[in-house]
Amino acid sequence: MTVRALIAEDEPLLLEGLRAELRTAWPELDVVAAVHDGDSALQQALQQRPAVCFLDIRMPGASGLEVAQALAEDWPAGEPFPLLVFISAYDQYALQAFEAQAVDYLVKPVQSERLAACVQRLRARLAERASSSGPLPQTLEQLRALLATPTGTAPTGRLDVIQAGSGNTVHMVPVDDVVYFEAADKYVRVVTADKEHLIRMSLRDLLPQLDAQRFWQVHRGTVVRARSIVSALRHESGKVTLTLRERPERLTASRLYAHLFKGM
Amino acid sequence: MIPASTAAGAPLSPLHRVLLWLWHELRVGVPIALVASTFVSVMFQDPWVRTLIYSLCIGLSIQLLIEAGRYGLSAWMLQRGTATEALHNHWPGWAWMLPWCIGAALIGYFGGSLLADWLTGGQRTQSPFGTNLRALSLILMFSLGFTLAAVWFFYSRSRMLTLQTMTEAAERSAAESQLMLLQSQLEPHMLFNTLANLRVLIGTDPARAQAMLDRLIAFLRATLAASRSGSHALSDEFERIADYLALMAVRMGPRLSVQVDLPAALRTLPVPPLLLQPLVENSIRHALEPKVQGGRIDLSATCEADTLVLRVRDTGIGVANVPPSNGTKFGLRQVRERLATLYGSRASLSLEPAPGDEGGTLATVRLPLQQSAP
Repeated sequence: MTVRALIAEDEPLLLEGLRAELRTAWPELDVVAAVHDGDSALQQALQQRPAVCFLDIRMPGASGLEVAQALAEDWPAGEPFPLLVFISAYDQYALQAFEAQAVDYLVKPVQSERLAACVQRLRARLAERASSSGPLPQTLEQLRALLATPTGTAPTGRLDVIQAGSGNTVHMVPVDDVVYFEAADKYVRVVTADKEHLIRMSLRDLLPQLDAQRFWQVHRGTVVRARSIVSALRHESGKVTLTLRERPERLTASRLYAHLFKGM
Repeated sequence: MIPASTAAGAPLSPLHRVLLWLWHELRVGVPIALVASTFVSVMFQDPWVRTLIYSLCIGLSIQLLIEAGRYGLSAWMLQRGTATEALHNHWPGWAWMLPWCIGAALIGYFGGSLLADWLTGGQRTQSPFGTNLRALSLILMFSLGFTLAAVWFFYSRSRMLTLQTMTEAAERSAAESQLMLLQSQLEPHMLFNTLANLRVLIGTDPARAQAMLDRLIAFLRATLAASRSGSHALSDEFERIADYLALMAVRMGPRLSVQVDLPAALRTLPVPPLLLQPLVENSIRHALEPKVQGGRIDLSATCEADTLVLRVRDTGIGVANVPPSNGTKFGLRQVRERLATLYGSRASLSLEPAPGDEGGTLATVRLPLQQSAP
């Protein structure tokens, strides 16, 4: 039985090398997508629905971890979630986190024996999965723990006022006034009760500067002030719809963050 | 030992610090009083206990006054905006302290005598401290001498402590920056990825693997030697950068292209080894690697009047889009520090958005062209 796989690795030689080694170590593996950046990895994975994803951590576009996060959020309910293997040359913290979460990972240069062991583990898990339901809950748990562990960047102090430029004016928006932040490509939308601003900064860079007690990440692209949430409605798919105090629109919390909303 | 614990800068409770300070003071004041009382009781055949009381009262009063002046004056001068290392050490300078010491000795002598008179029950009429003018001046001179000696002791001790702490700090930071330099050049992510590429090439293309290994060897040799030697020719500098870029080109494949422009006339100019390395590395790591379609690095050298101008330009994601990380900052700081040490204000490094519509960043290094003559 063939197993469909995706490889995301930005260095062309390493990608070809891994593909060649996998051919010997796991002949039934069919690499249906081989991509060089994080954004293509997400897109291809959602399209091809592979059973196994090999994700390099440091890639242009989204990082391997961000791809995993996005996959967990956007993967269609009911479909078996792919097994994830992270690859890294040297990301001390990430590797420690993988170790702690028993997520499969490979260290570059990948040694043949280590790859063989990884393949064996993946095979065992696939066999296990065939007899039981999908491993999504377990994977979600692991990903939550991984995303909660700092992976390299040190926290850079709390932000108090957001300086949002528009034309020649810079608007000073107190962080306390913000109802939610929403990622929009390379920008972040800063939404207050009656206004919204765009700042030229990624949500990834903004997040460490926010007080995690008051601002909750509820989706890879959304961070909400907890006090602004009126109610959370849980759906069958695992997603949660949030109603806000100051704004009419509703926000969606992904199943990766749905555990934040449970009765006391 | 107690002084060692203060030098190490361990956080102490306020009470502990006051006690420590008191111990430092009394350690000096009490022995001086003991010596002085013995001296006086031998000279004037006075009862030793009584002279000890007088010596302690006088000595400690003088010490109290001097220390009050020392701390007070330096705090006052600091508040007025004069900030020197000595002032932070509570030392306002001899110009202030000498007259203050003399005043403190006089006031302390009479004040301390009065206190001792009161303590011993007012026997001043029989005491040489109050009556005999010759003895009085002798003792005044004596106490002044002791005062100055004690002040000198405090002053030099605190200065030595500061010097020692400063030397230790300087040694530590030099070692740290040396380590960080090496670590940034032998960045593990770069090294292991390069080795991973090499591992693949050994199986698929041994000739190319050999060429890559040669580049890696040259790069490692230059990196490990660069921190020690003084300067090398500009052509060597470009060659070493080319080694690094060749390694990166294997890793990044068609995503990286390189353009080098080194006029023949400038080839032999001496430059500090691997000066440009951190700039090229920043371009790769923070500008081109994160960009999906990759880009180009232009490396050029030109001569403007008596200035050698070296430019590293990339077509990466642009200086405004790079979140300031420790890595970039360290690289730039290191180049700036080297330039400042070697050339003072005659050299500079600037970083700006690259001109033209390709985007990216332009780093420009300007060096004085002094040693151009062969």
